[in-house]
Amino acid sequence: MLTITDLEKVYPTGDKALQGVSMEVDGNEVVSIIGPSGAGKSTLIKCVNRLTEPTSGSIVLDGEELTTLSKKELRKTRRDMGMIFQEFNLIERLTVMENVLSGRLGYMGSWDAFRRNFDDEDVQNAYEILDRVGVGGMENKRVDELSGGQRQRVGIARAILQRPKILLVDEPTSALDPETSFEVMEMLTEIAREEDIPVLINIHEVELALDYTDRIVGLTDGEVVFNGTPAELDENARDTIYRSGKSREETGTESQPQSQNESSSSGISDASKEKSF
Amino acid sequence: MSYEGSTTWRKHDGRARAIRYAAIVVAIAITALSWRALDIQYTFVVDAPRNLGDLLLRMYPPNLAYGAEILPPLVETINIAILGTGLAILISLPIAYIGAENTTPNAVTYALGKFLIVGTRSVNVIIWALFFVVIFGTGALSGVLAVAFRSIGFVSKLIAEGIEEIDAGQVEAIRAMGGSPLDVVVYGIVPQIKPAFVGVATYRWDINVREATVIGFVGAGGIGVYLDTAINFFQWSNVLTILIAILGIVIVSEVLSAYLRKKVS
Amino acid sequence: MGSADPERTGGYPSSWERPTVFYSKNVKYLVYGAIGLFVLWSAWELRPSPARLIGGADAATSLLATMFPPDFTPEARGRIWTGMVESIAMSIVATAIGVVISIPIAVMAAENLVPRPVYYVGRALVSISRSLHELVLAIVAVVAVGLGPLAGVIALVIATPGFFAKLMAEELEDIDEGQADAIRALGGSPVQVLLYGVAPQVIPRMIGLIIYRWDINIRASTIVGIVGAGGIGVTLLNSFDRYEYDFSLAIILAIIAVVMFGEILSAVARRRVQ
Ligand SMILES: Nc1ncnc2c1ncn2[C@@H]1O[C@H](COP(=O)(O)OP(=O)(O)OP(=O)(O)O)[C@@H](O)[C@H]1O
Ligand SMILES: [Mg+2]
Repeated sequence: MLTITDLEKVYPTGDKALQGVSMEVDGNEVVSIIGPSGAGKSTLIKCVNRLTEPTSGSIVLDGEELTTLSKKELRKTRRDMGMIFQEFNLIERLTVMENVLSGRLGYMGSWDAFRRNFDDEDVQNAYEILDRVGVGGMENKRVDELSGGQRQRVGIARAILQRPKILLVDEPTSALDPETSFEVMEMLTEIAREEDIPVLINIHEVELALDYTDRIVGLTDGEVVFNGTPAELDENARDTIYRSGKSREETGTESQPQSQNESSSSGISDASKEKSF
Repeated sequence: MSYEGSTTWRKHDGRARAIRYAAIVVAIAITALSWRALDIQYTFVVDAPRNLGDLLLRMYPPNLAYGAEILPPLVETINIAILGTGLAILISLPIAYIGAENTTPNAVTYALGKFLIVGTRSVNVIIWALFFVVIFGTGALSGVLAVAFRSIGFVSKLIAEGIEEIDAGQVEAIRAMGGSPLDVVVYGIVPQIKPAFVGVATYRWDINVREATVIGFVGAGGIGVYLDTAINFFQWSNVLTILIAILGIVIVSEVLSAYLRKKVS
Repeated sequence: MGSADPERTGGYPSSWERPTVFYSKNVKYLVYGAIGLFVLWSAWELRPSPARLIGGADAATSLLATMFPPDFTPEARGRIWTGMVESIAMSIVATAIGVVISIPIAVMAAENLVPRPVYYVGRALVSISRSLHELVLAIVAVVAVGLGPLAGVIALVIATPGFFAKLMAEELEDIDEGQADAIRALGGSPVQVLLYGVAPQVIPRMIGLIIYRWDINIRASTIVGIVGAGGIGVTLLNSFDRYEYDFSLAIILAIIAVVMFGEILSAVARRRVQ
């Protein structure tokens, strides 16, 4: 399905965000990427649909090499990759319906897009998906009137309406409270199962990864340091993933208290305690 | 607080006070000097209020019948404001694009954008009108162009600021779905700058109605032409009628533009 | 949720219309259409014939040719200097007098300080002053007192309350009422209330506004001459009438320089004061 080989990314600033990452996502697997802040999780996801251009390496989706696609081919292939963002990235001043239907933009001519002239079938599907993600009846609301949880549901609906072959998800719950985080993760994974598509998801909270994903990839300083099932993620493995996070913390680049906990050895037990809640 | 601290504080206060008095004295001196420089005869000044009063008395009552006659130039004034604003927006879009930090292609285009914004803003509408009357002759066409050129700086500056404030995440999302560059503009950028855009357009139109009332003094169309004529022919009650009409359209357009801005927020 | 919905397949509408601020899509198109027609009609009214546009291109080239290089000969510089000094002097005198007459109007237009009827009179004065362009005021002032800088000063003085009294009234409406009440409680007269309870609170902002208004008056003082009300504008109009476009360009460049200098000076001064 999705195969990443020796992927490297060096930002113009000299930051080596990815240093030879190789991994796979198969069938309808839900794979999570965990790792301390700055490990390169977002960079990895964005390299897959080339919102960020990788420096070297290869990414193959369904037998197609993505890193060498021309602009036109890339646009076409991006339709096959639904993306869900940490900050939702919805068009705030448009209605929920327009946002969901914008998932079809890759399939439409620009003139139809401009006139909001969507296919009947797409409209029907959009209504259905809105219902499924739990925001049915809100189609005429403007997105800036919604709560965070509702926004992320719209974000999921938009990605699903793309009928993608894979979902790329970048920290879908960081902007949400814990309760809503669980609901959104639950729904996201359920829908992916129903649609029978794989998910590649960045997660900050280890307990969400343990609960909702089939496989966990640990990323530290742009390198894969763990790749296994949730059951295999023992204290030792966590130590490896978050160990170098400690030095980052000392340099003062940490911002989220959650990851600060995780990156100190005592924080790990905190995280596992939280899991029970 | 220590004793020493309080004395320095008082000293400082004393100095600030001295500076303040000095500033007042200087301001008065400059004003007096300016007055001397103007070389205005004292008797004229004494007579001025009476002359103004006399003029108003001669104007009263307004000539209501004349009201119907000046309807076409009033409409023309508003049209000049609308077309001038519209044209200004068309010209401003590319200027705003190169004058916004996040969309401008390079440093040279950015500097050019900034130069055009500052340059057009510094030349008054009546000066633009003088030029366009030389080029295109008298009439509303010159007026529209004058109003448009005068507005470019203001409109581009505000639109550029609108563009600089857009959220890149929304643009990224459209790209991630396989949207074309045009989709990115229509879905990612336009909705975000629409309120700023409508605000600028209506606000500038409101200002331009006022500007369009005076360009007629140099022959660039609108109600100003009639005001000039009425004054030259000493038709005082017509002058008052025109002044009242100007007051009317300016106030109505102010209210209308405020209403439109509120509606699209 | 969705999966429990019996009508899950086919039960959903296949069309959707974006809600509009108008009552329906048709009304929306009607409104847009009407606006479009109006604009087209206004454009038609201008009737820019091709001949005129071509003539315009010719006129523009010859205009540009005569304009460059701008005339900065010593004689021209002298005339620019004289006119500019007059403009700047007009702006200073007009600001001083304008502010003096604006202060009572500002008090009248402050909702919290005066009785209702007075407030309405104050607002009306502000509105009238704001609505009339400096040049309209100037052309009328020229009729009343004759050509020259006095007319210009009068025009700028009358235009000042529209800006100054309006913003000043807003400042007055924002004051801390407690301080004014304290003076009232001591048995202060209304004038004493203004002097001791209100003035200290607004004077720094007022000075900022005075400088700001002066900046605006400089701009206006460079153009009122076009209707004969004194200053560099008179020189500019004469240069146009005599087809001395190279001198016109020099004057305009000088105006831009003075306006920008005034803008910078006023920005710096306002920052120092506040
Ligand atoms: N646009 C960019 N330009 C330069 N450097 C960048 C850019 N984006 C990210 N980086 C750098 O690349 C590294 C990886 O960043 P990335 O955002 O992928 O980390 P992350 O694992 O997603 O972190 P977080 O958990 O905080 O989201 C960091 O050192 C970061 O500073
Ligand atoms: Mg990230």
